[in-house]
Amino acid sequence: MKRRDFLHLMRTPAPGRSVLNPVFSPVETLGTGLEAYSGPWEIAQVIHLLRRVMFGAKWEDIQFFLQSDPDTAVETLLTAGEAPPLPVNDYNSENFTDPAVPSGDTWVNAFYDLSAEPYRIASLKSWWVGNLIDQESNIIEKLILFWHNHIPVQFGEVFYAAWNFRYVDTLRQNALGNFRDMIKAMTLDPAMLHFLNGQFNSAGAPDENYARELQELFCIGKGPDSQYTEEDVREAARILTGWRVNYLTNEIFFQPLEHDSGDKQFSSFYGNQLIQGKTGSQGAEELDELLDMILANDECALFLCRKIYRFFVYHEIDELTEEMVIGPLAQVMRDNNYELRPVLAVLFKSQHFFDMLQYGAQIKGPMDHLIGMYREFHTPIPDRTMLMDRYQHNATVHYVGALFLQNLGDPPNVSGWPAYHQAPVFDKSWISTDTLPRRAQFSDWLLWAGISTENFLSQLDILGTVAQLPNPGDPNALVDDILKWMYSINLPLQFRLQLKAILLSGQISDYYWTDAWVAYVNDPTNEMKRETVRNRLLPFFYTILHQEEYQLS
Amino acid sequence: MNRKEFLQYSAAGVIIPNLLNGFGVNASASSPWLRLLSNTTIDTDHVLVLIRLDGGNDGLNTVIPLDQYDTLALVRPQVLLPENQILGLDGTDTVGFHPSLSGMRDLYNEGKLKVIQSVGYPNQDYSHFRSTDIWMTGANTTEVFSSGWMGRYLNYEYPNYPNGFPNEVMPDPLSIEIGASLSLALQGPSFAMGLSVADPSQFYQLVNGVPSTAPATPAGELLTYVRTVKQQSNAYGQVIVDAFENSNNLAAYPEENVLAEQLKIVARLIAGGLKTRVYLVSISGFDTHDAQVMPEDKTTGEHADLLGVLSGAITAFVRDLEMQGLSDRVTGMTFSEFGRRIISNLSNGTDHGAAAPMFVFGSQVDGGILGDNPFIPPGADAIDNLPMQYDFRSVYTTMLKDWFCIPEADLGGILLHDFQSLPIFNSPNCMPVSTREENQHAGSKLLDLWPNPFTESLSIRFSSGGGRTLIQVFNGAGQLVATPANRDFPAGEQRLDWDSGELPTGHYYVRIQQGAYQQVKVAAKAK
Repeated sequence: MKRRDFLHLMRTPAPGRSVLNPVFSPVETLGTGLEAYSGPWEIAQVIHLLRRVMFGAKWEDIQFFLQSDPDTAVETLLTAGEAPPLPVNDYNSENFTDPAVPSGDTWVNAFYDLSAEPYRIASLKSWWVGNLIDQESNIIEKLILFWHNHIPVQFGEVFYAAWNFRYVDTLRQNALGNFRDMIKAMTLDPAMLHFLNGQFNSAGAPDENYARELQELFCIGKGPDSQYTEEDVREAARILTGWRVNYLTNEIFFQPLEHDSGDKQFSSFYGNQLIQGKTGSQGAEELDELLDMILANDECALFLCRKIYRFFVYHEIDELTEEMVIGPLAQVMRDNNYELRPVLAVLFKSQHFFDMLQYGAQIKGPMDHLIGMYREFHTPIPDRTMLMDRYQHNATVHYVGALFLQNLGDPPNVSGWPAYHQAPVFDKSWISTDTLPRRAQFSDWLLWAGISTENFLSQLDILGTVAQLPNPGDPNALVDDILKWMYSINLPLQFRLQLKAILLSGQISDYYWTDAWVAYVNDPTNEMKRETVRNRLLPFFYTILHQEEYQLS
Repeated sequence: MNRKEFLQYSAAGVIIPNLLNGFGVNASASSPWLRLLSNTTIDTDHVLVLIRLDGGNDGLNTVIPLDQYDTLALVRPQVLLPENQILGLDGTDTVGFHPSLSGMRDLYNEGKLKVIQSVGYPNQDYSHFRSTDIWMTGANTTEVFSSGWMGRYLNYEYPNYPNGFPNEVMPDPLSIEIGASLSLALQGPSFAMGLSVADPSQFYQLVNGVPSTAPATPAGELLTYVRTVKQQSNAYGQVIVDAFENSNNLAAYPEENVLAEQLKIVARLIAGGLKTRVYLVSISGFDTHDAQVMPEDKTTGEHADLLGVLSGAITAFVRDLEMQGLSDRVTGMTFSEFGRRIISNLSNGTDHGAAAPMFVFGSQVDGGILGDNPFIPPGADAIDNLPMQYDFRSVYTTMLKDWFCIPEADLGGILLHDFQSLPIFNSPNCMPVSTREENQHAGSKLLDLWPNPFTESLSIRFSSGGGRTLIQVFNGAGQLVATPANRDFPAGEQRLDWDSGELPTGHYYVRIQQGAYQQVKVAAKAK
């Protein structure tokens, strides 16, 4: 449904019947824009914000941010913490021993080794998953995924773990910084130079690959007002000639002999700009002029803001959203010289972001689903000292993510995952008759069996999850709190009753649950008392996790 | 290593569930062509319908020991039914049914209903939750199982499930439950071994393809999409719809009967050709602490209503199956987490108790009564409970061995305990059974206790047919206090002296079981 259709419905409701779920007040929805949100700050708003800027909303985070206000909460979430420890050799086994890197040492500076790269790349991917599960209460991991999708490389194609790591690290360094720095760093990133053939781009033998994607996918896009030409692609490619990677030091250098030193003439879309060819090491400076020219084009900020909007808010951008949100947000971006933090701050603090239409209006991506479940259910994972267990566990989660169609580190192609850009399906592309049953089966697995590694069991901690709620002994309060927390939209009364019936094993009196819960809390090490409670909570959460609404964020 | 292969490589060291790791939904299994090939149920495909009486059914007001009527009048005056209203049964004058059970009385008289007296387990747990779990899993009171007895059976029968299911051999759900969620009974060692629908209305939504309404919002639009995919990916959606539409109920079911609503669906799914082995339906409200009976007419009240619902639904279901020609394939069984206390309370109800009768019905059932009437101690007070005559796992063993034809050697792997089976079925059509022979012991006096009352040592005399004999001693509260024997004895008269040690004075129940046959005798310990 188009937003405008919906608003139309809102204005002319059919007589005598409510269009909306009664929990929301329709007044807040009419034509919201970037003005600061001033509505209620309750659990629904906090959860919405947390789920969109992180992976899942932990109960303690919800409680923490409830004490805050939208402005402070967003500022806190937009403040990155420390980078995680470097990935290490956690993959030595009887099958393979890395000849260059001792177990427990980092491999990020190791030279290319054909036999070791698959292990190191798997190690990198599992390290990444571990970072997601262990994420601090800020946006940084979600942003890294955003940028990985926006300016992707494929680890399997690069096939050099040190470069792949450096790529991820560069995303982290610039995720909340300045887009100009980000795109320049990416242009000169060894993995990217390899992935999009920049290092083979030479005077006389230009390779247009990166020059094209720089405009089509990274900066300008293919929006209605995007008018760059094939000639612009060719001229940009000429500017980008001469950049090479030193395979010994992994450093980038400019090779003047490979650079096309002729003048480059751009189209009217870029104001007929002429970038003068330079010789010698000065040729490297042309890149800055190229990026300045691209970023000076109005389309650049518009394109980036649309991409941000689709990733964090809603897949569809209609005329109203374009006018009320995208245009003004792009202006914020230009006014701040492409600093990203102010843009995100304005968006996440806006009336539009907290508009009732946004709640649940996104299908959880695979990482949202997986990592969110891990975090919300306090699922323990092996710590970094348990090298092999942590590797095995996180690699398994990564593998499952790939089965869910999000192979972190290996997006399907240079345009990233279709869910974030492909009209008209967008985020619906995550859900198919293959992936939906798999999602259900994975949650069953984590619920009943858990992932077993050599020395560790990762299982949803459903008792701990329930114990942190304010009144878990009252089945009514428990059901209400869980529903408010787990789902972004209201569920019918019938479902509430079904959940309660599971807690009470079909009995009528609330105290049967209360007694069982209190007995467990007073004697938590008693297996019988614990299992009695667990045997109710297992089907309870099974039902919660299998509900279609659980797929929405 | 091929660089394209290393995705698979990355999950090394962890065993991933098959379906998750495999090829997702097997859409071909629901093709009409495949169903044409595979949809041939054969007569020996047995179906078990489990009927859960949720809350703890009052056995003493369901199956009334008429020979104990005078004592019952003393100890449960608030709920005892008038003697002349109790339904008599053909062939016995010591056992009667609650007046609401007229349909089941007819089934009994036709030889299609078996009453198993005083079924329970040692050391009764009086918590609904814990005792339900014990019945669902088959655990002892001292242990915790995380899978159900039927779940383990289905896992034994279909060890690869859910990988590659549905398939030609088993195109249908292994089990179907109508209830809030799949019960622990149907939980396998690592997967839920069945499909649940919340209630009949949700079932009709499924078969009629009516999606629930979603809000007219962007979220609602996505929700509708997810629901559509879920319907499409429900590997069993179409087979259920087909089975339902290919069949009809031939018998009339009572109106406004929550159990009949469920059994109607079950009958149609069986008649429609589903090869589903196990169905679980339930009726709740048996936790009759108060208002179990109306004081002015004790044949009315909550319990009478519930039993009326139970009897009406089961009778219609049996009639339906008979008319469909399916009665030889289907057996039903009631169970409840416990019976109720011997004594009644002042709110015209009864509190949580211990052993209680179970009903098993179907044309293959050897109708009649198994076991003796429970003994009602004249001075019964709040701590007195009916001891078990039969362990519920002996009933389970029988279902597995004689109904599902599991080889004896494999039973232990399913029940995780070793229990003897009972003579429940007429002519078990899968294996030569020795139960018939053992039945012939019935009526003979097997157990003799002397002296009685005793002070310390009790002499237990019994006749052995050769083979295993189990002797257990329970106290008045139903707790297992001793197991004097559980071993093979040679054929002939045997004697065993049991030292009661420090046990307090009071009455004790000594139980003997030899295969199908069992007896319970009371002995009093005095100073």
